[in-house]
Amino acid sequence: MRPALCSAFAPPEQPYLLAARQMQALSFMVHIPLVCFGIAFPAMVLFLEWRYLRTGDQLFRVLARRWTKVMVTLFAAGVVTGTILSFEMGLLWPNFTATFGPVFGLGFAIEGFSFFLEAIFIGIYVYGWDRLSARAHFLSGIPIAVAGVVGALMVIAVNGWMNHPQGFQLDAQGRVVDIDPVRALFANTYFWHELVHMYLGAFMVTGFVVAGGYAVGRLRGRWGRYERTALAVPLTAAAAAAPLQVLVGDWAARDVATEEPIKLAALEGLAQTTAGAPEHLLGFYTDGQVRYGIEIPRLLSLLAFHNPNAVVRGLDSVPVTDQPPVNVVRFAFQTMVGIGTLLALLAVVFLVVRWRRGRLPISRRFYQLLVVAGPLAYVAMIAGWVTTEVGRQPWVVYGVMRTGDAVTGATGIPVSYGLLAGAYALLAAGVCWSLRRLAKVPMPTAAVHPLTGVGAG
Amino acid sequence: MPLLISWVALVLYTLLAGADFGAGLWQLTAGRGAHSRRLRDHAHHAMAPVWEANHVWLVLVLTVMWTAYPTVFGSVCSTLAIPIFLAAIGIVLRGLCYAVQGATEEPAERRFIDTAFALSSILTPFMLGTVIGGIASGRVPVGNATGDLVTSWVNPTSLVSGCLAVAVAAYLAAVFLAADARRHPGSGPLERAFRGRALIAGVAAGVLALVGLAVLAGDAPRILAGLSSGWGLAAAAVSAVGGVGSLVLVRLHRFEPARIAAGVAVAAILAGWAAAQRPYLLPGLTLGDAAADSATLWAVVISVLLGLVVLAPSLALLFRLSLAGHLDPDPGAPVRHATLGPDAVRPRWAGRVGLACFLVGLVLLTLADAGVAHVFGVLALAGAGLAIFTAVGPDEVAAKSSRVFVRERR
Repeated sequence: MRPALCSAFAPPEQPYLLAARQMQALSFMVHIPLVCFGIAFPAMVLFLEWRYLRTGDQLFRVLARRWTKVMVTLFAAGVVTGTILSFEMGLLWPNFTATFGPVFGLGFAIEGFSFFLEAIFIGIYVYGWDRLSARAHFLSGIPIAVAGVVGALMVIAVNGWMNHPQGFQLDAQGRVVDIDPVRALFANTYFWHELVHMYLGAFMVTGFVVAGGYAVGRLRGRWGRYERTALAVPLTAAAAAAPLQVLVGDWAARDVATEEPIKLAALEGLAQTTAGAPEHLLGFYTDGQVRYGIEIPRLLSLLAFHNPNAVVRGLDSVPVTDQPPVNVVRFAFQTMVGIGTLLALLAVVFLVVRWRRGRLPISRRFYQLLVVAGPLAYVAMIAGWVTTEVGRQPWVVYGVMRTGDAVTGATGIPVSYGLLAGAYALLAAGVCWSLRRLAKVPMPTAAVHPLTGVGAG
Repeated sequence: MPLLISWVALVLYTLLAGADFGAGLWQLTAGRGAHSRRLRDHAHHAMAPVWEANHVWLVLVLTVMWTAYPTVFGSVCSTLAIPIFLAAIGIVLRGLCYAVQGATEEPAERRFIDTAFALSSILTPFMLGTVIGGIASGRVPVGNATGDLVTSWVNPTSLVSGCLAVAVAAYLAAVFLAADARRHPGSGPLERAFRGRALIAGVAAGVLALVGLAVLAGDAPRILAGLSSGWGLAAAAVSAVGGVGSLVLVRLHRFEPARIAAGVAVAAILAGWAAAQRPYLLPGLTLGDAAADSATLWAVVISVLLGLVVLAPSLALLFRLSLAGHLDPDPGAPVRHATLGPDAVRPRWAGRVGLACFLVGLVLLTLADAGVAHVFGVLALAGAGLAIFTAVGPDEVAAKSSRVFVRERR
């Protein structure tokens, strides 16, 4: 048994813990789609520029250049929302940072550098179209894509550590000692599945959202070669990622089963420790069981431990005060899995049509589904983060520090929550307005012939 | 050592982002008409490629502080939550303005955006200045929001340092923009406009600095004592000489050296604050008490140094390109028809390889349980993703599907 944690500051009185958590969640909901674009969009733009460099076809250059404007708009929003997150580490959770900053902070310091590189090269790439040589310009885009990956790796290493803390000891008084930040973050085997899952998810969100935008144009009859290319590139990226995500998601769930059994119990609604545990689809959790769900015997044991008779720990193996809210976690998990499966099916349809017929799908239904796929991919992404973050509750550092002890003692959380929500509403409105504006900018006249207008980006 | 890193990052943030805030502030004074449009555009074009990189210094200050001096970070952020939060809101609004600025050329919309940009450009440095004033005047005790949430930043020292931060930003920006205007032909009026602004802002900053000394006498005598002896005095002297010197240089139209002198003056103010604050970071909390374990400090120092190896040349490249005008828009740029080498041929076997990699991934990642198998499983899936993308060849398939299958138009 570990000694109880003795945090840097005394645990505060904070009546608005839930508001603080919601404010943090809101900040993530705004930032995460921008991260997805930061990871995946530069790769797509670079692909197009590479096609231009190899074929000399102006169409690719026009498309890449127009997308860069979108990229810089979203990156600006990503920079400031990311800064808000780092402010919130202190504004909302000073006791968490004050107690464990030395353990996990290194990850953010390195992330800061990758953020730096991203900012520098995005400046060069976006504003260098006219005056840099073609090769220099293309090369200046590569660090953007790399930095996006490194940044995500660092942040997810910290998240992996919060779920699976190591690299420090608690002494007899419960103080944090023997800190080894490198071991805490990088010797941790428990974040790789999260990283791969997020990386693929980023391509799915970006790909389906962008392709969905051009699918709207397709349904309205805008279907020149420009639009077809602008739809096919992101759609292909998303369609390549979606089937892989199914396998990666399964891997992630098995890691959760061994390392965070209570989270698994919450996301499956398993009240009692059970041998040969069944899986429930849909339904809701009440009074220690899943009601109105479809029960598939022994499937949970099989999926989680590759053994239909394996024992799966239930919620009852920890006190009620240590259990996460089951329905939130379970509902979010099922949403993610359900949407992910549908998106993978849509991807397979696209791949099969491409393989058998050698062209893009022609049915109107496909494009209607594609329009919906973008928002759904975003919902699945957020649901996935809700699963892992709420599933860790009531802990901020799993098994060591409670979220309620990490929160600030300052008053006025509801006020700042409201202000931030207002600012983010403005930000969202502003970004949407500016993307619509960018989509309406007329095509350059030098571009190739069948450009029949522009789809939304 | 990490404190030194934070301090250097803070100085760079003040200088670089300060100029950026100031450029925003000057949007407010540009007035209307064609001349004002040129003033605004000049300020905008000079900053747009670099503002994000300038801004990230703040993120570096924050991350190094919470890693190396966690209790200081926690105490400051909880007690001074209000100004820090307002600064953050200002940052969001500025980012929003940068995001929407590129999308419109309509004068009315641009004016609205510029005004919002200017106001948030004043809000953020002012609030960050009050934070420094609150720390300097010893109003942040160690603990989770144990200081007064209001008087910790609404007090004489904070208000003066907030105003000083705004004035310094305005001055740095005006000097920088005046120097930058010289790059463009026929920019005499621009240069004159920003020179005038620089003189006003520089005098204002100087007066505020003197007022600040008077306020410190009553409000934070410990800091004043620190500034009037030893290193603190030296820093104050350097700051005064640098400030006056740079004003003289601006008056003489020598903007390049004026820029450097102004930077020295600002860095010296922050150095003087640091020297006067020693050895306490917060009341009763010395540097030694506040620092994290040596393992963490070493890890921070090493990673920052390694980071600098990559960062320094990149930053140098950005500023070189930016100052040399390589990042300016050029509507008259010739349309290039560059091709680098022959086009790659899409391999016919890509689809089969993709499927094979997928199946290997399925076996290694899903069916096998060993960690090593998972590593290779992930690699196989990465290969599958690339191969599938190649097999589809989105650019080719988009070009081929040229028959318009749209059946109805609404």
